[in-house]
Amino acid sequence: MLVIKDLHASIEGKEILKGVNLTVRPGEVHAIMGPNGSGKSTLSSVLTGNPAYTVTGGSVEFYGKDLLALPPENRSHEGLFLSFQYPVEIPGVSMVNFMRAALNAKRKYFGQEPLSASEFLKLMREKRAIVELDNKLASRSVNEGFSGGEKKRNEIFQMAMLEPRLSILDETDSGLDIDALRIVAGGVNKLKTDNNATIVITHYQRLLDYIKPDFVHVLYKGRIVKTGGPELALELEEKGYDWIKREWD
Amino acid sequence: MNKDNDKNKMNADEAPMNPENGNAARSPKADSNNTGDANEDIIKSATTGDYKYGFVTDIDTHVIPKGLNEDVVRYISQVKGEPEWLLDFRLKAYRHWLTMKMPRWAHLDIPEIDYQAISYYAAPKQKEGPKNLDEVDPELRKTFDKLGISLEEQMRLSGIAVDAVMDSVSVKTTYKERLAELGVIFCSISEAVRDYPDLVRKYLGSVVPYRDNFFAALNSAVFSDGSFVYIPKGVRCPMELSTYFRINAAETGQFERTLIVADDDAYVSYLEGCTAPMRDENQLHAAIVEIVVEDRAEVKYSTVQNWYPGDKDGKGGIYNFVTKRGLCRGDFSKLSWTQVETGSAITWKYPSCVLQGDNSVGEFYSVALTNNYQQADTGTKMIHIGKNSRSTIVSKGISAGHSQNSYRGEVKVVPKAANCRNYTQCDSLLLSSTSGAHTFPRIDVQNETSVVEHEATTSKINEDQIFYCNQRGISTEDAIGLIVNGYAKEVMAKLPMEFAVEAQKLLSISLEGSVG
Repeated sequence: MLVIKDLHASIEGKEILKGVNLTVRPGEVHAIMGPNGSGKSTLSSVLTGNPAYTVTGGSVEFYGKDLLALPPENRSHEGLFLSFQYPVEIPGVSMVNFMRAALNAKRKYFGQEPLSASEFLKLMREKRAIVELDNKLASRSVNEGFSGGEKKRNEIFQMAMLEPRLSILDETDSGLDIDALRIVAGGVNKLKTDNNATIVITHYQRLLDYIKPDFVHVLYKGRIVKTGGPELALELEEKGYDWIKREWD
Repeated sequence: MNKDNDKNKMNADEAPMNPENGNAARSPKADSNNTGDANEDIIKSATTGDYKYGFVTDIDTHVIPKGLNEDVVRYISQVKGEPEWLLDFRLKAYRHWLTMKMPRWAHLDIPEIDYQAISYYAAPKQKEGPKNLDEVDPELRKTFDKLGISLEEQMRLSGIAVDAVMDSVSVKTTYKERLAELGVIFCSISEAVRDYPDLVRKYLGSVVPYRDNFFAALNSAVFSDGSFVYIPKGVRCPMELSTYFRINAAETGQFERTLIVADDDAYVSYLEGCTAPMRDENQLHAAIVEIVVEDRAEVKYSTVQNWYPGDKDGKGGIYNFVTKRGLCRGDFSKLSWTQVETGSAITWKYPSCVLQGDNSVGEFYSVALTNNYQQADTGTKMIHIGKNSRSTIVSKGISAGHSQNSYRGEVKVVPKAANCRNYTQCDSLLLSSTSGAHTFPRIDVQNETSVVEHEATTSKINEDQIFYCNQRGISTEDAIGLIVNGYAKEVMAKLPMEFAVEAQKLLSISLEGSVG
């Protein structure tokens, strides 16, 4: 579904991604690990079209389409979802209005009629149960006054609503206590099917105890320098990144 | 009432507050022009929408020649068949106006206005007032249809009585009979002068005297029409009273005059909504709204203002110089102003409350959105005279394009007014690096028992918020609409339901553009 070839990207003139290659197929879970500043969050920003970053080379195909040619909202419609590391607050915009705007924009993209209010609310009820959010969610402003754990649960709730084909979880485990981590990871697992895929960006092996990866990649200095199975994450947990750094520096 | 305008006039150059009063006051002055950044273009293209309501109704309009002199004032009075006392009032106002100069203290760049190049009276030619909708000029009806506020719809669906002012003369007043059963008077001010001269004479100019300011004097001399509302003692008006103003004749200044009186224990909610057709020439508008609130009475006055703001290059647009003031004369009286302002090239407007009665309450909730080259200097005055009087000010400014948006406010507590409370919250949201947001609050507390609070924030629309929306599939244009409506929510929530929907659309339309 996703084929990244020799992707280069920079921010404010500074090159961060220096030739990333990655292929993701339906049903797979990929973990991307690596030390701070290696380009993990840049990769998720570039894939989703954050205008702060400039692509300077390479290509990204998503279900045969040139992903980089699409505006961010169309990448979303095509089935790309990012669970943000730091979800922003949007004061005064209720979750119900926000999600309705998002879902109806997607339906419009595919030539479908907007959902009726009752259908929409029913859907919201079903999906928020997946991450154990209560019925106050609908009327709360987007992420405003949410605890760290609630924000991450809210990200997974939105993922459930939009039913993406590829989800990128950007350090979804950061700042979570063990209970919140269990709920978030449980939500992700419930949403997993043979037809969708997940890229998990994380520093720690801990999350991978809950979300089992098929592949583990190490991103270092803007390139994927090592790829392995789940055992690679365990090795990194034990030995740290220094041995990889030594191989490459 | 303080008839000496200079004492109450808000002046940007004056000290923002009295340092000796010892009351809480934070961030009394926040003045910011923004700095540039990378994603500017997205926002810029999303905020360059064209005015949706720019069309001209082709109605045979009766316009008098341009220019202003005593004969014009006499002509207006005569054509309306006014009594002698009202002609006197107009002439006194005119003579006083001649001695005045246009105010220059606002943060506005106002072009020279040639008052002799304006026609001061325009009336749609209609022999008799229409008895029912079928008698209303079909062109006029079409105009309302285009705006989505057709009288039929309003009458059928919402039960709102509409006094539609097209140019300067009322053409249709509905539901008058039903209101009459309750003793509620809701008619054009011309009719009121004819049918209820004592009431009009008692209250006209009692809150905004003709000496009040330059534009008030001008309006008092040449006002053409407007609405009159009287709610008798103990009556709660069962429906929202609504007037849709519409400026229609080219180069015709419009001088509306509205007078609302709520007698003891009365209640009324009044809606004012405006749109205007596209024009190349600037149009002058100088309205007066006077409100009197007696013992335990309550008036809610809501405005959605969407006059033609000029084009993308700042050409054309309405000049809106309005004096709106309410006198909470009675004990426990209450007056709420709620305004959503998106229109006009220049806005000069300070809906104010004089809280004379003990325990009286004044409120001001405002959203002012400026785009392109619009300029707005708007805010409120809360004058606390009665003991235990309370006031709340919530102002939300939104600046896009090259616009300048200023909040100007005064909170004054006189020595006798013990135990008064004011809370002011004044927020500015910048959507572009070329727009400006300014606040000019003035706080003058003259006793030790009152508490005045002022909070101010300035923020810029956040690219992270827009990208977050984009990632969820929401286009930049819709994202800005969502974010701006969210920012303005606290004020929108104060509008009556049917108005709030319209106002939300208006905020989005005003920011609509060519993205995607």
